[in-house]
Amino acid sequence: MVEFTLPKNSRVTDGKVWPAPVGAANTREFRVYRWNPDDGKNPHVDTFTVDLDDCGPMVLDALLWIKNKIDPTLTFRRSCREGICGSCAMNIDGVNTLACTKDLGEIKGPVKVNPLPHQPVVKDLVPDLTNFFAQHALVQPWLQTDTVAPEKEWTQSREDREKLDGLYECILCACCSTSCPEYWWNPDRYLGPAALLHAYRWVIDSRDEASGERLDLLEDPFRLYRCVTIMNCSKACPKSLNPAKAIAELKKLMIERQKT
Amino acid sequence: MAANGSGNGAVPAVNGRAYPLEDHTCDVVVVGAGGAGLRAVVGCSEAGLRTVCLTKVFPTRSHTVAAQGGISAALGNMGPDDWRWHMYDTVKGSDWLGDQDAIEYLCRNAPAAVYELEHWGVPFSRTEEGKIYQRPFGGMTTNYGQGIAQRTCAAADRTGHAMLHTLYGAALKHSAEFYVEYFVLDLIMDSEGACRGVVALNLDDGTLHRFRSQMTILATGGYGRAYYSCTGAHTQTGDGNAMVLRAGLPLQDMEFVQFHPTGIYGSGCLITEGSRGEGGYLVNSEGERFMERYAPSAKDLASRDVVSRAMTIEIREGRGVGKSKDHIFLHLDHLDPKILAERLPGISESAKIFAGVDVTKEPIPVLPTVHYNMGGIATNYHGEVLVKKDGNPDHVVPGLMALGEAACVSVHGANRLGSNSLIDLVVFGRAAALRCADVLEAGANQPTLAKDAGDFALARLDRFRNASGSTPTSELRTNMQRVMQNNCAVFRTGEVLSEGVKLIDEVLASAADVKVSDRSLIWNTDLVETLEFDNLIAQAVVTMNSAANRTESRGAHAREDFPDRDDKQWMKHTQAWLDPETRKVTIDYRPVHTYTMTNEISYIEPKARVY
Repeated sequence: MVEFTLPKNSRVTDGKVWPAPVGAANTREFRVYRWNPDDGKNPHVDTFTVDLDDCGPMVLDALLWIKNKIDPTLTFRRSCREGICGSCAMNIDGVNTLACTKDLGEIKGPVKVNPLPHQPVVKDLVPDLTNFFAQHALVQPWLQTDTVAPEKEWTQSREDREKLDGLYECILCACCSTSCPEYWWNPDRYLGPAALLHAYRWVIDSRDEASGERLDLLEDPFRLYRCVTIMNCSKACPKSLNPAKAIAELKKLMIERQKT
Repeated sequence: MAANGSGNGAVPAVNGRAYPLEDHTCDVVVVGAGGAGLRAVVGCSEAGLRTVCLTKVFPTRSHTVAAQGGISAALGNMGPDDWRWHMYDTVKGSDWLGDQDAIEYLCRNAPAAVYELEHWGVPFSRTEEGKIYQRPFGGMTTNYGQGIAQRTCAAADRTGHAMLHTLYGAALKHSAEFYVEYFVLDLIMDSEGACRGVVALNLDDGTLHRFRSQMTILATGGYGRAYYSCTGAHTQTGDGNAMVLRAGLPLQDMEFVQFHPTGIYGSGCLITEGSRGEGGYLVNSEGERFMERYAPSAKDLASRDVVSRAMTIEIREGRGVGKSKDHIFLHLDHLDPKILAERLPGISESAKIFAGVDVTKEPIPVLPTVHYNMGGIATNYHGEVLVKKDGNPDHVVPGLMALGEAACVSVHGANRLGSNSLIDLVVFGRAAALRCADVLEAGANQPTLAKDAGDFALARLDRFRNASGSTPTSELRTNMQRVMQNNCAVFRTGEVLSEGVKLIDEVLASAADVKVSDRSLIWNTDLVETLEFDNLIAQAVVTMNSAANRTESRGAHAREDFPDRDDKQWMKHTQAWLDPETRKVTIDYRPVHTYTMTNEISYIEPKARVY
């Protein structure tokens, strides 16, 4: 059931205001969500003042600066720092995106940093994405063929290969799915935009011979059809992909095959 | 009873209780889920071996994902090609430090490995005939150095991403058993010197796990983060290399650190060599295409060590660009915007984000940046770990394999060619799995582990978890990174290196004062970063000492006081041990394999390396 108020132990309270760096001329305020599973306290929002002259240009740089210079217990995922691994997805200034490619200059006022919405929080900015990854696995993200494989490569025309552009680049950061209200409310039954984008990527791969079975897998009131074209997914994608369009294409294919 | 960092002589404990250990048994444990690890996981699973993959990040977060330009294989889709030409280029690229039997194995198995990836679904870019598109890359030639080869198979400039996601899919297809966000602490070595498994920390809930296995495969990547500026991920800390050092085994050829010519100035993010493969070129402050002077025939597509040195000289001689004249420009603005959008979309985006540059209009500011470690855990071409023992330079360590950047097979020798890394991952990932299928019996009984097996790892964990010195990990890490950046760079001299040895020893000594602030066992990144720093500093010490020791110039190791290659003295692999107690480095050598695997190609004799 949809809950409209948070349970008591989930209400976010004001946290610690950390002292500003001494002598810094060019600073920025950060309000960062904190939750420690060990201490039994409610989640809270800590306030940090970051010295921008001592720190790189991206939100991730600022979070690393805080972790290195102020509070080593601040917890978040990060790896490649160049927008390709998908680790540092979080909600920044109200929008799901990657901390490593989000320029501080694009944000006005205090920088509000929260974990990806509507996922269980493990600690601070680290969400539990187990369900998200399980849904990706459910669409069977590998090439399926019955024909005996050729000695060399399967040939694929440039036009057919081009159909994969805008799809294969997905980095599984979960920004799209966790921005989708339908996904918030039905995470156990609706596959969400990321998994559906992957499903479509394999359906339209000219080399794949399991399109029918792939579509069968989505023939369900929730898995695909719970999408009601809110389009938050396409707005959120930090790689400028368009999961909403992929979902629409899947729905079109579903209708087409009913006609035949 | 294990030594305990908290000093009371008791077994390490949580809240006064011994750390509970959950035991697992399987046939193969793979540590790391990048390209090499996943390929091994798939192969071992296919062979019916119960295979477990432990990884500190979700598989698609591994740094293989960031590989851009491509994967080399002599497919001949763009013109005549031959795996022997690929082998010649790789031997020459390695500056004759590569083992030629292993290089032969790599190059002749490369085409099959690429076709396999394609069959699993990698969305390679295509030629007009619908074949896999291949682009020119540094050091890749036809006909033994005569022409420029188009050998590097590409999925636009996101080849690593396409590969890693496909390999992860292949592993899912085989229902491989993943333990995600498990940080492996140490190897379990028995009294006979065999590896019997690993001990790992589950970041999610702080539980500790002991994995007993017939074979342990380390696919833990490189250690670029020992340097201040590198193209690699924050997670690139060479954990497997450090575990091997702690197990009393050596690392090989650690002095060879590759600087990629084109890291974005400032952030260090990678701009693929494929950008030069597609026609990009470097210019200095005088607008000169200076590579024509340094490498008259290959020019901007000379081998990476050559280009990085040329750029460094240009900057040093006052011809750098920018306000401080401290970097170089990479021009792509003369290329057709349609080609840029089709073949180099990823770096066009990176240049915009990290340098504010529109590549269709302006040059990208770039600088040689630490990129790849040729050195690592010595192995043969089956992936089996080798150590010099009782006079035998190729003694196999039972139960232990290493793959990918963590390994030193050695196919890259003193300098790796661009796009030879991705092929290394899948060729040797597959080779290791084939070897496992050969030598292991699925479900075979394994002897019981000693009662204290793994205590060593727990004591280390406990020591850092309760570390209450006064220097935060981040400060120690920065000190280490500065020393490596200043004293073990593109050009080296005896003086700078011996100062480096002293300085890095000081950082090592100061690490006794480390302070960890987070005491939790749940997702304690302060603790993990400290364990990673401890791994890095061991490799930094070994790297600096190995570099100071090698008095010649070869590949990426350029000594200004010894500018020539000295095959008589130095055509040999460095093996460096780090004493766990005294933390002193001991160095010995293994001969380079100066023979090939089959009679289909003969040994390629050393000659001067000119591009």
